[in-house]
Amino acid sequence: MNMTIVYTIVSLSAIGTLSAVILYFVAQKFKVYEDPRIDDVEKALPGANCGGCGFAGCRAFAEACVNADELSGLFCPVGGNDTMTGVAEILGMEAVAQTPKVAVVRCGGSCDHRPKVNKFDGASSCAVTASLYSGETGCQFGCLSHGDCVAACDFDAIHMNPETGLPEVIDEKCVACGACVDACPKNLIELRKKAPKDRKVYVSCRNEDKGGVARKSCEVACIGCGKCAKVCPFDAITVANNLAYIDPDKCKLCRKCVVECPTNAIVEVNFPPRKPKTDLPPTPAAEKPAAPKAEKPAAEKKPAADEKNDNNETK
Amino acid sequence: MLKTFKLGGVHPAENKFSANKAIEKLALPKSVFIPVAQHIGAPAQTLVKKGDQVKVGQIIAKAGGFVSANIHSSVSGTVKKVDLATDASGYPKQGIFIDVEGDEWEEGIITDDKLVEKFDTDGKAIIDKINAAGIVGLGGATFPTHVKLMPPPGSKAEMLIINGVECEPYLTADHRLMLEKGSELLVGIRILMCALSVDKAYIGIENNKKDAIASLQNLTASDSSIEIVPLKVKYPQGGEKQLIKAVTGREVPSGALPIAVGAVVSNVGTAYAVYEAVQKNKPLIERVVTVTGRSVKNPSNFMVRVGTPVKELIEAAGGLPDDTGKIISGGPMMGKAIASTDVPVTKGTSGILIMPDTDAKRKTSQNCIRCGRCVTVCPMGLEPFLLMTVSEKQIWDRAEKDCIMDCIECGSCSFTCPADRPLLDYIRLGKGKVGQIIRSRKK
Repeated sequence: MNMTIVYTIVSLSAIGTLSAVILYFVAQKFKVYEDPRIDDVEKALPGANCGGCGFAGCRAFAEACVNADELSGLFCPVGGNDTMTGVAEILGMEAVAQTPKVAVVRCGGSCDHRPKVNKFDGASSCAVTASLYSGETGCQFGCLSHGDCVAACDFDAIHMNPETGLPEVIDEKCVACGACVDACPKNLIELRKKAPKDRKVYVSCRNEDKGGVARKSCEVACIGCGKCAKVCPFDAITVANNLAYIDPDKCKLCRKCVVECPTNAIVEVNFPPRKPKTDLPPTPAAEKPAAPKAEKPAAEKKPAADEKNDNNETK
Repeated sequence: MLKTFKLGGVHPAENKFSANKAIEKLALPKSVFIPVAQHIGAPAQTLVKKGDQVKVGQIIAKAGGFVSANIHSSVSGTVKKVDLATDASGYPKQGIFIDVEGDEWEEGIITDDKLVEKFDTDGKAIIDKINAAGIVGLGGATFPTHVKLMPPPGSKAEMLIINGVECEPYLTADHRLMLEKGSELLVGIRILMCALSVDKAYIGIENNKKDAIASLQNLTASDSSIEIVPLKVKYPQGGEKQLIKAVTGREVPSGALPIAVGAVVSNVGTAYAVYEAVQKNKPLIERVVTVTGRSVKNPSNFMVRVGTPVKELIEAAGGLPDDTGKIISGGPMMGKAIASTDVPVTKGTSGILIMPDTDAKRKTSQNCIRCGRCVTVCPMGLEPFLLMTVSEKQIWDRAEKDCIMDCIECGSCSFTCPADRPLLDYIRLGKGKVGQIIRSRKK
């Protein structure tokens, strides 16, 4: 009886030792060397796995950083410059600072400004709608209001405003990962340079129709008149395909174009209310208040959206 | 025992209200909008400009490539402008606006109804005439007919199958054509057979059109080369691949064209257009369109000039009913809702269906309960519930692997789904994306 226990212990120990020796040699033979810095870099990253850097996840980005000769072109939009400095320290390289960006929805066609001309009752998805037809309004370039961008956001940074039928970005939460940019079938969302106090001036329209056609479908459509380009002192505005575009790298937020725009397609966000000046005729754009106070910009508010009429057809 | 295809299929209510209404010529509209892209393939290139005078049958846009088709003026008058306007696709498309003035036809076109049976048997000349006349498949897919008649090297057509199935509920355009223009149709079929140099043609007709079957059987009694094949009523029998399966028992392989099994399929409308083009020199400028619906006062079949606004057809059928929920270009299963009645009738418009509000409303989509009904009814043997999910989750490689490109968009899955899921909406989206990916890979 006692011997049975002894045999068991001895034979199991022998098998265990033998296996350990085999496993040791196998492990040596098939060892894959992995740079320990990859783990360190991965730890330094936010771990959101959003893909905003252009890689499949944080691990893939860490590998790319370790294998890269320099860090230019590699940037984690979620962590920003602080994270990249940390990564650079681990790798002993120089961090390349980038201006933080924020997603901007370039459509001002709220329910009031852009009346619906038909009703879509198919699958509630922008991608499906866009694959079927031009949309519920007369504008084939505008927001489809089904919220594919909202569904794509991992950071809860973009929401539909049921009153306007347009998505709104919460600037503090937005990490500029670009998921919404890819999700929008109409290419409405753009990552633009973040300015102090989240101030923005941009053309809130993507309509490439001729002026008359664009205006007919939406009150605040860009008609490509080019007045803004003429008035811009910094050459930041280009007009192509009946549509103006403000280059965020050149724009100095002087807001001259906002005043000039005849359709209020150019919007200013998070600026203090303008003082009624004597030398400038008070245009509707100038009178419209931007976000209430600069120190508390809770949500991106478009002046276009401030006019609330009775929305007979909201989503 | 009537023939049919084996896999899947559904039985929607037929509702063929206009089956007994003879084809009427619709009065000429005041103005037309003729899109230059009315076919699969490259859009045609505009040949006219603002202010030009055009006659009926005059070529106004020439084919923009091999897979493309000429566009002819369907009216006589002045070109108002060449501009964008929304067509049945739902997106603005380039097209030609013409103000109608009188009805003056281009020289050489025979406008009388006399039956001409004798034709020149030179296959090449026939195909050239068909090409010049801008004939495309009138069943709805609008594939240029001359391309179909020139099988790629290495393949040989063995038979011509004429599609007189008209499996879509409500529509009766092909039915009426077979009844009223039977003799012309048969000449058209013989011309097509000659162009393809085949000696056998089948006309597949569903058994709910007994009068058309009888009348065509009567006309072909002395001709053994054309066989009428009555088919069991089942949707989507009018699909090319389903029809081939039903008539010949052959199965077109995944990703292949019907020519792979030696068949060329043409719609009865196309065969009639071929007759008119070859025997009367008349290009494709008009077609039969069914205007129908539960609440439509006077459901009708109209011979309509291409480019006529849909509202004129609706007006002629008794006006837009008050309870209209949706206007659909095509049939209820595969047709597309249109957002405005200003869109024109094009070569591919087989019907205008006006659905009352109660029928048109979609029910709220619920969760998939994996009942597998969509799999049972899919005539292509696909798994629609899976294809929808992968399209929704944008897993395009999986969608491709699961043969999303084989979907014929018949809508049987959406029709049958007890949870009212928008299966076809998403599959169509996935098909578009996967198609894009495949095309870019080839480049």
